[in-house]
Order: sequence, then C-alpha cells, then structure tokens
Amino acid sequence: MAKGSLLSSLKVARFLFRKPKTLRYPFEKKEPALRYRGFHLNDWDTCTGCGNCADICPNTAIEMVEVLDLEVGPGEKNERPKLDYGRCCFCGLCIDICPPGSLRLSRDYFHTHFNTDTFVFVPKDEKSDEETFLPAENYSILKASLTHRKRDYEGFSSDLSYALFEPERVPMPEVPPAERTLSFVEQVIGYDREQAVREAERCLECRLCEEACPAHMKISDYIGAIYNGEPEESLRKIYEDNPIPSICGRVCMKHCEDACSLRLRGEPLAIRWLKRYVADTIQDFKSTLEQQPGEPTGKKVAVIGAGPGGLSVAYFLRLMGDDVVVFDELSGGGGVIRIGPPRYRLPLASIEKDADHVASLGVEFRYNTKVGTDVRFQELLDEYDAVYLGIGLTVSRSTRVENADKCRLALDFLRKNKTESMSKVTEEVIVIGGGNVAMDVAREALRLQHMQYPGEKVVTRMVSLEDWDEMPATEEEIEETREEAVEFNPAWGPKKVLLDDDGNVSGLLCMKVKSVFDDEGKFAPTFFEDQEMVLKGTTIIEAIGQGSDFSFIPEDMLTKLRFNEMRKVSVDENGMTSLPGIFAGGDIVNTNLDAVTAIADAKIASEGIHKWMTRSR
Amino acid sequence: MRELELYFGPQHLGMVGNLSITLTVEGDRVVNAAMNPGYLHRGFEKLMEQRSWIKNFPMVCRMNILDPDSMEMIYAMAVEKLAGIEVPERAHYIRSIYLELARAGSHLFGLWAYSNMLGFDTVAQWAMYHRDLILDRFEELTGGRVYHIYIWPGGVRRDFPEGFEDRLVSTLHSIGGCVPDYDATFFNNRLFADRARGIGVVTREDALAMGAVGQVLRATGVDDDVRKIDPYAAYDKVPWDVHTSEDGDAYSRVWIVRNEMIESVHMIFKLLDAMPKGEVYNRIPNPFKWRIPEGETYVRCESSRGELGLYLVSDGGDKPYRAHFRTPSYTHGLTILEKALKGASISDVGNIMMSLYVVAPEIDR
Repeated sequence: MAKGSLLSSLKVARFLFRKPKTLRYPFEKKEPALRYRGFHLNDWDTCTGCGNCADICPNTAIEMVEVLDLEVGPGEKNERPKLDYGRCCFCGLCIDICPPGSLRLSRDYFHTHFNTDTFVFVPKDEKSDEETFLPAENYSILKASLTHRKRDYEGFSSDLSYALFEPERVPMPEVPPAERTLSFVEQVIGYDREQAVREAERCLECRLCEEACPAHMKISDYIGAIYNGEPEESLRKIYEDNPIPSICGRVCMKHCEDACSLRLRGEPLAIRWLKRYVADTIQDFKSTLEQQPGEPTGKKVAVIGAGPGGLSVAYFLRLMGDDVVVFDELSGGGGVIRIGPPRYRLPLASIEKDADHVASLGVEFRYNTKVGTDVRFQELLDEYDAVYLGIGLTVSRSTRVENADKCRLALDFLRKNKTESMSKVTEEVIVIGGGNVAMDVAREALRLQHMQYPGEKVVTRMVSLEDWDEMPATEEEIEETREEAVEFNPAWGPKKVLLDDDGNVSGLLCMKVKSVFDDEGKFAPTFFEDQEMVLKGTTIIEAIGQGSDFSFIPEDMLTKLRFNEMRKVSVDENGMTSLPGIFAGGDIVNTNLDAVTAIADAKIASEGIHKWMTRSR
Repeated sequence: MRELELYFGPQHLGMVGNLSITLTVEGDRVVNAAMNPGYLHRGFEKLMEQRSWIKNFPMVCRMNILDPDSMEMIYAMAVEKLAGIEVPERAHYIRSIYLELARAGSHLFGLWAYSNMLGFDTVAQWAMYHRDLILDRFEELTGGRVYHIYIWPGGVRRDFPEGFEDRLVSTLHSIGGCVPDYDATFFNNRLFADRARGIGVVTREDALAMGAVGQVLRATGVDDDVRKIDPYAAYDKVPWDVHTSEDGDAYSRVWIVRNEMIESVHMIFKLLDAMPKGEVYNRIPNPFKWRIPEGETYVRCESSRGELGLYLVSDGGDKPYRAHFRTPSYTHGLTILEKALKGASISDVGNIMMSLYVVAPEIDR
C-alpha cells in the first residue's frame, strides 16, 4: 500500500482533453455481437409447430397460436409460436430445443411503442415477411421496432452440438449381412432395457407422431412409460389402440417416425423398435393387461380374415361384449402378414403371441376354413348379426409376358415357404418388381439359395420398371437388400421369359424403360423397344403387385358391392360397405396397404358394427 | 443526549440497493443498527421448487445482479454432482476464465458503487466504462450482457467464437493499463484513504465468529479462498495468489478487491495459455424427461463476494425439492454490518456497508 498524496489525483486532469467515450446514439450506433440474443426470428417454412419452444420457456412467454390458412402436411401442426416480450427473458432455451432450428434470435433489440399489445407478436423472418425485414438501404435505426427490422441480422442460433435434444438414435443391434443371409435368423436383435430407456428419453413429447399415426396411438404416453421403467403400463397404453404390438413392433410402416420432429436434423425416435421392446419384454400379455370381455350383448359377428384388421376388429368388438368368430384359410392368425414378411423380419412366434391374446379374450378362431368353399358366405349372413371383410390382397398379379406361366408368383412362393416345406430354388434367381414384397421375395430366395447350395456361387437378381428414385419399396428395405448383395437392375422392364430347349426357364429378356408414369402420374410404362438385355436366371418370381379375391361373394351380391375410382371397396364413416351389415377395412379399402392402417379401419368399423347391431329397429 | 430513530433506506443516497437499516442515533453517532431484510424478497428458492432443472438456469443468475455468473456456476455444480454429469476438460478452463472475467466485472461494478457513493465520480465513471468493455466480451461469448446463462450442467453453452481470445486479451490489457490512474485517483488518494482507514473495522475474532467470508475475512489476515482450499473448475491448474491484509478496515477490504481484480486478469492469461482443445459440452438428458436421482448435496464456490454455498435436494423428481443458498452478503449485511455500524458516524453508514460489499438481492432470495 503506497502512501497517499492529496495531489496525486490531479493526474486525472489530462482526461479533460480526451474524446468522450459515450456513444451519441442514434448517430453513433453500437453493433451487437454475432451471438446477440435479441428479438426472435422464425422460419415458417421449416417450423413444424411442434411447440417445444413453448414447453421449455421458463416464463411462459411463448404460446402456440393456430394459423388457419397454413397448409400442413404430416408431421406438422398449423400452429406457430407467439412471443410476449413482457415476459421473455431472452435466455434462448427455445432456440436450443427447436428441433428444425427454425427459431433463432436476431441482433435487433429496439422496440418503442405506446401500445403494450405490440410487444406480443408472432415472429417470422425475411423469407415470409418482406414488409418487416428490410434491406440495409431501406432500414433506418430511427424507425427500428418489431415491425421495422433489419434483414440478414441473425444472432444467437441453433447449433446441433449444443442442442438440448439428442439427434442420434441408440443404434439397433443387428445380425450382420454376411451372417444373416445364411439362415432365417431374425435380423433385428432388439433393444435391451437400458437401450430402450435411453432411446425413449429422446422423445420430446410434441405428439406430432400421434397425428400422423393412422390409428392415432398414444405414442408419447407409451414411450414415456418405457422411460419411466414401466413397460407394463406402456403395453396397456399400446393396447388402447393397437392389439398387435408384437407384429407392429416389427413390420409397421411407421408413419409416426416420418413425422417425428427429431428427424428434421437427426434421426427420428425409434418408435417401432420401442413398441417391439415392450411387446418382447412382457412375456404374458393376459396377466399384464387384465382385460375382460365387455358385458355380453348377445350379438354375433363373423370376421373374414385373421390379418391385422381381422384381429383388431375381433379385439375391439370383444371388449364391447360381442361374440366374435374369425374365419381364415390359413392354419393360424396374421393373414397376409403370416405369409408375406419373411421370418427374419417377423417370426411366427410374434404373430402367435398377438393372436393368442385376442383369442384369450374369448374370440373364436376357425382356421383352415375358407369362406366360399368350407363355409358359404350366405350362411354367415344368416347366422351372424354383422360380417366384417378383412380379406386383404392375397392374389399375386402376373406380368403376362410371353411364357409368364413358367414363372412363380410372389405370394405363392412366400406362402409355400411358410405353410409347407421350403421352396426349392436354383442358383440363379430373378425377381421382377421393386416393391416391399419384391424385396421380401428376393431376400428370402437368397437365404434359400445359401441354405440349399452352401459354399457355392449363387445370385439373386432384381429387375424393376422403376429407377432408384421411384422404387416403391421403403428406403430402409432397399438399403438392407443391397447390403445382402442382391443384384439390382432398375429401369428395366420384362419383355419375354426365355426358355431352353427342354422348356425350362433360362432367362429374362428385358427392355429399357423410358418412363413409368404418364403426365398425370398414372401408371403407364413406356419402353425403348430397341434397347434389350438378357438376364440369366433359372427361377423367375413375379412380385409386381397383389389383388384381392372376392369370388366367395355370390354374384348377385357382388354386383351391388360398390367400389371407388381407386378400385377399392367403398365404405361409409362407420366402415360399412354398400351392402347393409357388411363392413370392410384394410388393404381392400385403403391405399396405404399396411397393418396400422388396417387397425385404424378396424377401429372405426368395430364401433360402426357395434352401433349398427345395437341400433333400435 | 436524546436518542433518535433514523430510517436509512433506498431513498438515501448512500444506500445502494433495496435494503434498509433502522438506525438509533445519538447526535451523529449510531448507537444501534437493525437491518430490515425482506425488502427485496422475490422468493427465488421457493420458485426453484416449481421449475424443472433446466428452467431454473435462466433464473438463478438473477439472484445476484452484480455477479450472476457465480450463481450459474454453483447451480451447475450442484446439479452435476447430484446427477453425476461429467464436464469436459476444456469446459473447466472456459468456466474459470469466464468466472474470473465476471469477478473483474463485478469488482468494477462494486468499485463504481463504492466510489460513486463516496463522491469520487470520475473513478466511478471509469469503473462503469471498463465494466462495459468486459460486458462486450460477455456479449460476444454468450449473447447476453448482464445475464449470460452460459454455464450449464455438462459444460458451457457455446465454445469461444473465432478470435475471441485475442480480443479478450486486448480488452484486459486496455483495462489493466488504467490501474496507475485508478491508484493515483482512488486507491492511493489521501482523500479516499482518510475516508476508509480505520472505518468499519471487523476484528478477526468477530469475522470468524460471525461467518465472514471473502474480502471481509481476508482483510483480517485469514488466508481463506474456496478456489484454493476446495478447487473447482480449473483453479488448481495454474498458480495464483490469495491476497490478504491485516487491518480489517474498509481500506483493507477495498485494497484486496483491487489486488484481486489484477490477480483475476493474470489468472485469465495463464488459463488461456494452458487451455486444452476439445469438447466443451456433454449433452444433458432431454430436459422434458430429466429427473435427478434422489439425494442431497452441498457445494461451494468463491463468488466475487466470498464463499457461496448451495444446498440442493432432489427427491428423484424433475424439479429441485429444496434449494438453499448460503450467500456472502447474508452474514456481511446482517450480523457483521450491524456490529460494525455501532459507534460509527451517520456519514459512514453507506461507506461501511459498501466496503462490506453487501448486495441486497443476495440477502433476500
């Protein structure tokens, strides 16, 4: 400590001759830092209206408001955040939780107004609000306000490495391609408890998925229960809307994951695998669910087809107290799901597990019973109060090219592998088609080749009209098929099946595809007739689509059954066809052609059936 | 002589902050002083029980306006301890640099308050200006000037922006270059020394008995600093000194503040040199589902005013079950101030209070 002097402070006098440090605002302006946390910006094109910003706001300064003229697709809500700058503390939590990264803070911070209502506003950015966000030459600091802002003036913005959500999913353990093609071992191993909880934790609870799910399952709730370590509670939540979790947990088309807000800058939540985790973890559905059939109503319903739709309709009706009998030509439940998806994707035991629970509620299953041959359709109409058609698409279409009769059809091939002994395949297989069924067929054929010709060189070739970007199969399925070294020939169409001297299949003559769809988007393939190619192959399987078989319905009734312009069975809002008392759902009604939409149809129809049977006459 | 009760509250020029003291005076002498805490009560600790772990972050810093960053730090430390969250090495260094920068900023703010109250307007303006330069760096680093909301559990919210280190160093150099001016006009100025020497003496016995911390304790010759005795962040990674003094009066305390500011700047330079590269943030669990296992913890750090403690309890839920802060101003502003004011002149009431570095919002949480 130095000795003080009274005079020492006179040194300050020199500051009298220096320029003042104070900025003369607004003539001298201070530029805010690049990360400045000022007023909000929101890119309306990428904002999904998920509402995470409103949920995390510590001051409830953000409210989601409905924007009526906003067009929204799946995974979006027509809501946008509204800010109240009387409450906002500019902490930026909303920025770090925003999954699409549309919400940002700008470097603007001026707003002066006599009316406090102007401090409440719905932020946009220069893309959708050119009137407010002005280029530098039209901007004046003297007019700066929430309605007079500077363009390209972004401040604190989202950075994925510091986001409050986890963009990457917990990797799903799988059997590697080289190993899995040698047998029908289930490819996906499934999450264990720790992995499932970790994956469930990623859910932001915005519920965009629930809107997108055809059956509107309570996804957020059942994922939350998994996170809480309560798979039992999770199963109960699932069964409120979906009675086939073991099946859906494996083969669902997961519309939910396409809507997940985490997908925008990362990977969507593994909703399907989490459902599978619940279904696999709980051994005994009956004791967990403790479900009882409803008060007996004395009404009887016949359900044709034990597929996802048939099982669901039976389940929902039984819970309402109706007596249900399910007819199916196969030896067990599942319908097309039983024969279609190969066992490496959907083992039989998983189908039995779901079907057994429905049966345990007192639903009667008559398997190996084909309606039309083993039991007449008219008998069902006479004996039962209502009939549900859940017959699905069970007949494979053929290309009908020359010698096509020497080919095998996809569903027959798949069905035989499941119901009888495994098909014999040759070393070179050609699969025609680019959809999910074609992928299943190719991958199943490949496994059979490896099993029947161990150690030998075998090849499965695919040929599809569609090019890579138009192929109707899911990306995931295509990727996995490629991993397994199936040879792809996209944009080639079959012209003729080639035969050798003995009349056996020897290859496929193909021609180059010009376009698959016409200008209106209708399926109308055109070819370059002069560009040809021969694919070698001694087994050819056609997997170009399926149709349904209505031959069990008597002719006079069938003429009264109305179809819509998509050649689907027309049903009303209760799921009833044009024939009174006959209801329908699933692949013969909707164009999604998947299990979860069949469940959604079944739910509507079961309520419709119940209402129709108990109506006052 | 007749005793008189005198209300000394925010309306008084010598009172900085929303605090009030009821003085019993006899002439110019204070016979008794009774603090009236509760003036600024905002119920932070109770509010914290109703907000999720993450939502408390933008709030805890508001408990101490002059030094919000230690509040962020201590809450992050407690949450990390309860939840078992690791912090990357680089984040430790950034935290220390950031906290020392905050300490210097807080001390400059305190210097403004103190010198302004004593009538040293020039020094007050300098201090405010220099604090503003530090706020510019904070703005660049965190996006905020006063409330930074920068330290999170798991590390810090963003890494240094491009070129930040150079600008930080040059800012600190330009402030450091003014130390001789500060010394000449304030710290070594007889006018100030005469106002501060022998005023508001706190003896070592009183300081220890009444729970004094920080400069108040160090001014009595006790070598106590949490950064040394219980190091956190990167304080054990570089050498630095604890400054003490013997007299226990207002002058000693302010002198220590001066030395600490200089020490902080030196420490920042050393930390910048030693700082490793790498990650600065380990992702915390999804804030909407984040629950912290049942447990309780007490953590402490050295705020600009001394030892700051937080007792945090979790019942396994998504919010704190209880949060209790042990703030330096609580003891300094209540028991120690009441005792130090006895026998003082009325004109020294503000002087003593400010030299004890009392900040009202810390008392009323």
